[in-house]
Amino acid sequence: MALLQISEPGLSTAPHQHRLAVGIDLGTTNSLVATVRNGISVVLNDENGRAMLPSVVRYAADGSVVVGETAQAMQSEDAANTIVSVKRFMGRGLNDIGDISRLPYRFVDTPPAASPFATSGGSGQSASTSSGQGGMVQLRTVAGVKSPVEVSAEILKVLRNRAEAALGGELVGAVITVPAYFDDAQRQATKDAARLAGLNVLRLLNEPTAAAIAYGLDNAAEGVYAVYDLGGGTFDISILRLSRGVFEVLSANGDSALGGDDFDQRIHCWLLEKNHLSALNPRDTRLLLTHARTAKEQLTDHGETRITAVLSNGELIDNALTRTEFQSISQNLVQHTLQPLRRALRDAKLSVTDIKGVVMVGGATRMPQVQNAVGEFFGQTPLTNLDPDKVVALGAAIQANLLAGNRSGNDWLLLDVIPLSLGIETMGGLVEKIIPRNSTIPTARAQEFTTFKDGQTAMSIHVLQGERELVSDCRSLAKFELRGIPAMVAGAARIRVTFQVDADGLVNVSAREMGSGIEAAIVVKPSYGLSDSEITRMLQDSAQHARDDMKARALREQQTEASQLLEAVKHALEQDGDLLDQTERAQIEALMTALHDTLQHTDHLVLKRAIGALNDATVSFAQARMDKNMAHALAGKNISELEAK
Amino acid sequence: MAITLTENAAKHVQNFIAKRGKGIGLRVGVRTSGCSGMAYKLEFADEAKEDDLQFTSHGVTVLVDPQSLPYIEGMELDFQREGLNEGFKFNNPNVKNACGCGESFGV
Repeated sequence: MALLQISEPGLSTAPHQHRLAVGIDLGTTNSLVATVRNGISVVLNDENGRAMLPSVVRYAADGSVVVGETAQAMQSEDAANTIVSVKRFMGRGLNDIGDISRLPYRFVDTPPAASPFATSGGSGQSASTSSGQGGMVQLRTVAGVKSPVEVSAEILKVLRNRAEAALGGELVGAVITVPAYFDDAQRQATKDAARLAGLNVLRLLNEPTAAAIAYGLDNAAEGVYAVYDLGGGTFDISILRLSRGVFEVLSANGDSALGGDDFDQRIHCWLLEKNHLSALNPRDTRLLLTHARTAKEQLTDHGETRITAVLSNGELIDNALTRTEFQSISQNLVQHTLQPLRRALRDAKLSVTDIKGVVMVGGATRMPQVQNAVGEFFGQTPLTNLDPDKVVALGAAIQANLLAGNRSGNDWLLLDVIPLSLGIETMGGLVEKIIPRNSTIPTARAQEFTTFKDGQTAMSIHVLQGERELVSDCRSLAKFELRGIPAMVAGAARIRVTFQVDADGLVNVSAREMGSGIEAAIVVKPSYGLSDSEITRMLQDSAQHARDDMKARALREQQTEASQLLEAVKHALEQDGDLLDQTERAQIEALMTALHDTLQHTDHLVLKRAIGALNDATVSFAQARMDKNMAHALAGKNISELEAK
Repeated sequence: MAITLTENAAKHVQNFIAKRGKGIGLRVGVRTSGCSGMAYKLEFADEAKEDDLQFTSHGVTVLVDPQSLPYIEGMELDFQREGLNEGFKFNNPNVKNACGCGESFGV
């Protein structure tokens, strides 16, 4: 007979109605799956009792796929077909990845049209696709070209099979965790990978939020918490606020190239120095790194450890490393994590004393020097009693259990924030922000825009992400057109642009002309994402360039005004040039030329003066045109009245 | 007759209750549903109801409502592992037939 689990009071399920749900931590280095069983969140182990599945996928020529430890063992032998850290490629274009020459893969850059994840049109009259930039990068393996989505799906399939074997049934769904800074493209790619693995995604959950849930902070007192996540190769810090049972990510920061591996590297370098070795062959490097890692782990519980290894040339390495020495050689790495911490606090407009609790996530936080530094920084002992490798998966499982409907009552909603502002392009290449950065999601906001030219029947909506004032400095997410606007004079149409961001952080933009009701919408599924370092850079840029941007904005505004004025005067001259005498006309034309010449000027005040001059010179001309038009209108009336009689 | 737990089952129940942080014991019962007429109910108990019958087995308190008792009297609760899966199994002397998966039974 089936094996039963203990339910919460009053929540026994009917036979065959168990709603099996899991939480999955799809990590850069390792992945885990957890579930709530007998009322407790537990990580599910494989047949060999291992909880962590290395996020490594190897493709063989016969089409077979190996995931985990077995694949990892082949890493150095078959580097091109053994994909590690695929999470770094999710939702990214080739340009986002950085130094590809250091990676052993054969990358294929996909044009957006060929990508299955390009922008798709929503409801409404017309919605064209775009994004305009490269698609998600793909990897050429011996088994064919694979997208990061497919590679991730292989990892998820293994976890899904493990979970179904352990729970004895099919899963109704999974909660999958993603870094708080993941953008639309990366989140969408994660969802696509889950679908490909046959998993129903109940929700994407931010990793720090999952960790906070695992610690039961959702039942704790209201307040602000920090989640310090030092993994194998990445560092993330998130500031969360809990209020009325709701988590809100106030800010996120980090370093995508700092993790436990760097500490191994330090010990490795120390060994080279101690033994006066220079460059080693890859095999010996690997060997020493493995020993370095073991030494690091031993120094968590011991004051001293011994590193003994024999190199391929027969040379014996035998060194004693004390915890104190390890701490001194890795001190700057630890210090390095404190900088993003300060930035995250500053972003959240908080100080250290506002932090009520600190959660430690990631295997590297086991190192005493990390715990001490974090404790010192926050002036309190961080929470470390849950296994830092498992805490994210455990929290995701609790959320999955809830979303699957296995727990009644006190249903909490989880709020996250968008990492960068969302907006649209307006006249003159400026960005109008509609949803500011760090807005909690789900959210929806609308703003009204109007047409720029008389009789304009279409409007192009360009969706952008970023903090800068100019379109060229922000990231283009999508473009679509609202067509069929009834012809009206410029400024008469009322076009409401609505941005919606769902609980998973995916964006939906719609535009509606309020008079006629015509509508166009787009689901932003960018084929191309922002890297976290890019987000960091864009944020830094926006701070550094705040003044420049103000100037640039003022300049663009004057340029737009100048163009509009030139267009209007030109139009007037064509129609009613005869109202002017030679000198008047020459004067206006001279001022037009002067204004036209200053268009390229970089000082907005110069432009402003030229605009003023042309405006002043055309006052009497405008008056004369008005009189003429009035006379014309009256004359017309007389005729029609005569005709009527 | 009573409801009993194997030593292994009792150890697991105590462990689960300790991790859950609250609860006075287990509530075991049946209800009418499922393909073979009856289904087991296995829940944590936070409080005893007035007419509950109480048993103690290997230090674990087991609560049963009087309506359920005739169907499960003499039953033993065991904890087993089957491959990756693990959970509780009922050895019920009253069962005459059960559905393929055993989640539902008739008496």
